[in-house]
Amino acid sequence: MNVPPTSTLREGLAVIGRGIKDQPRWFALAVLGSIVYGVMTSLTAAAIGFVVQRAITPAIEAGHASAQQLWFIGGVMAAVVLTTIIGVIGRRIAGGVAMYNLGAIYRRRVTRQYLRLPLSWHHKHPSGQLLSNANADVEATWNIFAPLPMALGVVVMLVFGIVQMVVVDPWLAVVGLTVFPMLFLANVAFQRAMSPRVTRAQQLRADVSEVAHESFEAALIVKSLGREDHEAERFRTVTDELRDANIEVGRTRGRFDPAIEAIPTVGTLAVLFVGTLRVSSGQITAAQVVQIAYLFSILAFPVRALGWVLAELPRAVVGWNRVSAVLDASGSMTFGSRALPSGSASHVQTEGLAYAYEITTEEGEDDVNPALVDVTLDVAPGSTVAVVGPTGSGKSTLTNLVMRLVDPDSGAVVVDDIDLRDVRRGGVSDVAALVAQQTFMFDDTVRGNITLGAQHDDDSVWRALHVAQGAGFVEHLPDALDTRVGERGASLSGGQRQRIALARAVIREPQLLILDDATSAVDPSVEQAILGRLREASSGTTVLVVAYRMATILLADEIVYLEGGRVVDHGSHEALLGRCVGYERLVTAYAREAAEREAIAAGEEHDAELDDELGDGPERGAGAAAEEVSR
Amino acid sequence: MSMRSQVLVEHHGVATGKNMTTWQTLRRGVELSPELRKGIWVTVALAVLSTLGRVLVPFVVQRITDEGILADGGPDMRVVAGYIGIALAGVAVTAVSAYFVNVRLFRASESGLATLRRKAFRHIHDLAMLTQNTERRGSLVSRVTSDVDTISMFVQFGGLMLMINIAQVTLATVLMVVYSPLLGLVVWLCFVPLFVIIRKFQGIVGRAYTRVRERVGDMLGAISEAVVGAQAIRAYGVEDRTAERIDAAVEAHRKAAIGAQARSVVAFTSGQLVSGLTTAVVLVVGTVLAARGSLTLGELLAFLFLVNLFTQPVQQATEILNEMQNAVAGWRRVIGIIDTPADVSDPGESGVTLPRGPITVQFNEVGFAYPGGAPVLHDIDLTIAPRSRIAIVGETGSGKSTLAKLLTRLMDSSSGQVLLDGVDLRTIRFSSLRSRVVLVPQEGFLFGGTLLDNIRFGRPQASEHDVRLTLTELGLDPWVSTLPLGLATDVGQRGESLSAGERQLVALARAYLADPDLLVLDEATSAVDPSTEVRIQRALDSLTRGRTSIAIAHRLSTAQAADEVIVVDAGRIVERGHHTELVRLGGVYSRLHDSWVAQQQAI
Repeated sequence: MNVPPTSTLREGLAVIGRGIKDQPRWFALAVLGSIVYGVMTSLTAAAIGFVVQRAITPAIEAGHASAQQLWFIGGVMAAVVLTTIIGVIGRRIAGGVAMYNLGAIYRRRVTRQYLRLPLSWHHKHPSGQLLSNANADVEATWNIFAPLPMALGVVVMLVFGIVQMVVVDPWLAVVGLTVFPMLFLANVAFQRAMSPRVTRAQQLRADVSEVAHESFEAALIVKSLGREDHEAERFRTVTDELRDANIEVGRTRGRFDPAIEAIPTVGTLAVLFVGTLRVSSGQITAAQVVQIAYLFSILAFPVRALGWVLAELPRAVVGWNRVSAVLDASGSMTFGSRALPSGSASHVQTEGLAYAYEITTEEGEDDVNPALVDVTLDVAPGSTVAVVGPTGSGKSTLTNLVMRLVDPDSGAVVVDDIDLRDVRRGGVSDVAALVAQQTFMFDDTVRGNITLGAQHDDDSVWRALHVAQGAGFVEHLPDALDTRVGERGASLSGGQRQRIALARAVIREPQLLILDDATSAVDPSVEQAILGRLREASSGTTVLVVAYRMATILLADEIVYLEGGRVVDHGSHEALLGRCVGYERLVTAYAREAAEREAIAAGEEHDAELDDELGDGPERGAGAAAEEVSR
Repeated sequence: MSMRSQVLVEHHGVATGKNMTTWQTLRRGVELSPELRKGIWVTVALAVLSTLGRVLVPFVVQRITDEGILADGGPDMRVVAGYIGIALAGVAVTAVSAYFVNVRLFRASESGLATLRRKAFRHIHDLAMLTQNTERRGSLVSRVTSDVDTISMFVQFGGLMLMINIAQVTLATVLMVVYSPLLGLVVWLCFVPLFVIIRKFQGIVGRAYTRVRERVGDMLGAISEAVVGAQAIRAYGVEDRTAERIDAAVEAHRKAAIGAQARSVVAFTSGQLVSGLTTAVVLVVGTVLAARGSLTLGELLAFLFLVNLFTQPVQQATEILNEMQNAVAGWRRVIGIIDTPADVSDPGESGVTLPRGPITVQFNEVGFAYPGGAPVLHDIDLTIAPRSRIAIVGETGSGKSTLAKLLTRLMDSSSGQVLLDGVDLRTIRFSSLRSRVVLVPQEGFLFGGTLLDNIRFGRPQASEHDVRLTLTELGLDPWVSTLPLGLATDVGQRGESLSAGERQLVALARAYLADPDLLVLDEATSAVDPSTEVRIQRALDSLTRGRTSIAIAHRLSTAQAADEVIVVDAGRIVERGHHTELVRLGGVYSRLHDSWVAQQQAI
């Protein structure tokens, strides 16, 4: 965290260089404006000296000021002022444009990375941090472009000022040459002291944002468990740390600021002292001393712009380091150049797939949590395969791998004899569609959420909605397809979101449709209807479906039973029921439960019948038991 | 349901504070952060002291010029040295008091703003669920982060400057009048148009910065989709479209920011222009006065220092006022949220504390409509006996989730009363209500951290042993043992290293450990596999004996296990009774049951 200041200066200059390279014209314009401003400001004192000599002194000596003299005074001063103002406007507007353009450029670059980097990268980075990278950190990096042109103008101003001093009197120039470097050194010392403190404050600012983000996302849980006090306490801890860090920044600023301000004043006094000596020895006039003293008072304030730039440097460097961590993030997914064949249902094969999530232990060491250990599958074109397994057995991970959202640690996913890693960018989503367990809605209209920007007419949108059993509720929305769903689809219920997500997949007429428990939030009757329509609609489609429901499972030509990240068994439902204990236990759970309860209920009424029913109960399959339920 | 989002924004949204004047905003801001006011007069006194030192310089320059350098009989070194000594003392006083002003100001502002952050944070959690849902989460976050940061920038940099500047302008005016009342008047007259311009520009610039802040919110919303929707974006290959949407938001922000910058530059340079022209006018008028002999050249030149001393702070003040507009815009947003009434509010100290023990639930003619929307529930009359296990079933949109939200007071009913143990829900203290009634929603959010910490969230004082006991009771031991580090497993951001079903298991264990007397499960096991669900169901059966439990489910396995099933249809309770009775009845429930059974039907 404690970056050596010299490297901060170097890194800071590198950041500035990068910014100039991206916005050379606006920056040049801003610097030009600033130079005009700098030159004119330092000429103000000379202009005053000039009018004093040419008009004011003669007028005083004559005891009368002519109109011509007065116009001369006013004219010269107004010209100086107007030129200065033009410089200022140029500097500020062009500087602002450069700064905001840079912000926009880097926000685009950072978010491109978010879109480009693989899902596994996203899993490792808190979303609060990523938001802060794209917003606050980009801003912190380029804020330096606000005072920078001014500071460069000030350098020009100083050079002009010193030239004036040399012209008037070399001894007074010596005072200037002592004071201004001192001012610069004081600013450097200031920046060195500030750098680590500012870095810390910025890190804490990001922490505050992260806590707030997480806590607000969890608002419902916090409320329903009554943990508001606890959350407020957690937030208080980070805000207090931020407060203390900021106060420390203020204390440091307090130590340097007044000293830096005092230096030019002391310089003015030194000019008067030396000037008096020079006047005594008859080398210069009193008016000249006053002119140089005035020059000091004019320069004192702008010179601080150098300090502002130096003060912004650490912030810019920290911001840039955080931004560039995203821009330089590697481990990107590599793509081939091949396209998956289109026009017929896909043939999906996986060979010895293994995948583990990276986790961090309590000791902060990296460890892995294996989700898939060894999964080999062969899904024939046009077939429907159900993936069944207990909670946490790796089903969703498998769907992510088949969709190539993540790459396997070992093994391969092969579709139509092409390894997915050889497929070009966007090639997988061209032919395949995944409806994830948890749906994501864009802050867009219902239509936009279904078409995702592709060209589909309203008829096909409605057709897709009919398949997904969503047409009914969409018709009743205030603006039907044009209804905005709000952030993350906040205005819709979970079941409504799932149906829109299904329609989103259906409208693409995919060759491979992957459903990851995609109907968990809809009613059984709706689910039945969806599955029925899906079956009709997806004749040319290979379907991989993660399911718990018997009805869904029964749509499948083949069932793959996963447990602990391995394929324990696969085959037809009947075959698995007979030989796979885990599978049987899972899919018949409801029916067995129902049967038992039914039996108990019946037993209470008809004790006699109970023995008969229980006698052959456990040995029978779920079918028999369920039949009993529906009796 | 359908009209919900539109209506909410109109009727239930978060106040933006847009209609507050600058002055009202500042006053309310200081009221919310009393630390800002504490000891302010000492700080102001110190600021005035530090200004005195600054004003001393032109005074000394004039004296040195007139009495030292231009003294009769040549420059008088003694006088010069004497005045320089006085000036140096002044510089020292300025530096020391400026240090204290700085430190005091930072301490006051940072403490005050930390308080503001905390108040806003707490209030956001206190807001009604419906109100929370009208705002983007990112926008809520900005209320406690970037909005407050803009205020702190202003208070620390602008606030200090403004104080010093006001003192400086006052002192400069006094000195100008002492030197030459006429020239002092000239300076003030020159600045009158500036004040008019500034007032006008304040409004324009203020509105421009409000727009910028709105665009920032939109931009954050667009960017967050690329982060939170990472999976969906990749699954559908819509990277380009998302990029376009982000670019549009980034571009809108850039334009708004440059627009605001241009406006503030015009406002700022008008100050500089007036300052420069004032110098010119002073020289012209001063020359006339000097020619008449009522002013010496030294006095005229010293006066120029004074003009500089006067114009610099005024110029700066115009800029600070622009910055203030920015800060006020941020402040308004924070105040807006703090002043948004928490519709579903805690009765606090005056509220009732319920004794522990199984709860009786009673609905008296309860009706509910989303603000401005059609009624979702009609005349619900319902009594749920203590220790009973109730299942509420019904189709999507029937209003069953609404019942759960009214019951746990996430929302208040539009008409009628909900009573717990005969006490109106609205009069029960939250501390009592939340510890006794717990809702497990379908999507139980997990925090980044270990499994243990997440389960303990509902009862932080619980020991690891308590947590293990809970897991054993719920039959979740075998699952935990499959995790690489057991309870110490890091669940990842938002619990992303766990599957959706596993997250539900954690949420359930979390609620269970909190040990409520009334447990409300809203589709809490929808993503859990059937055999685990049945196992949990059984565990809950035996464990909920001492408490009341209400489960909302579309998997009817839950309904079969319940003591009583309540069937909701189109906002009314249409059937009620035991599963077997309702199946025989041949009504809504039996239809739901048929399709459920059909789903389970093997072969």
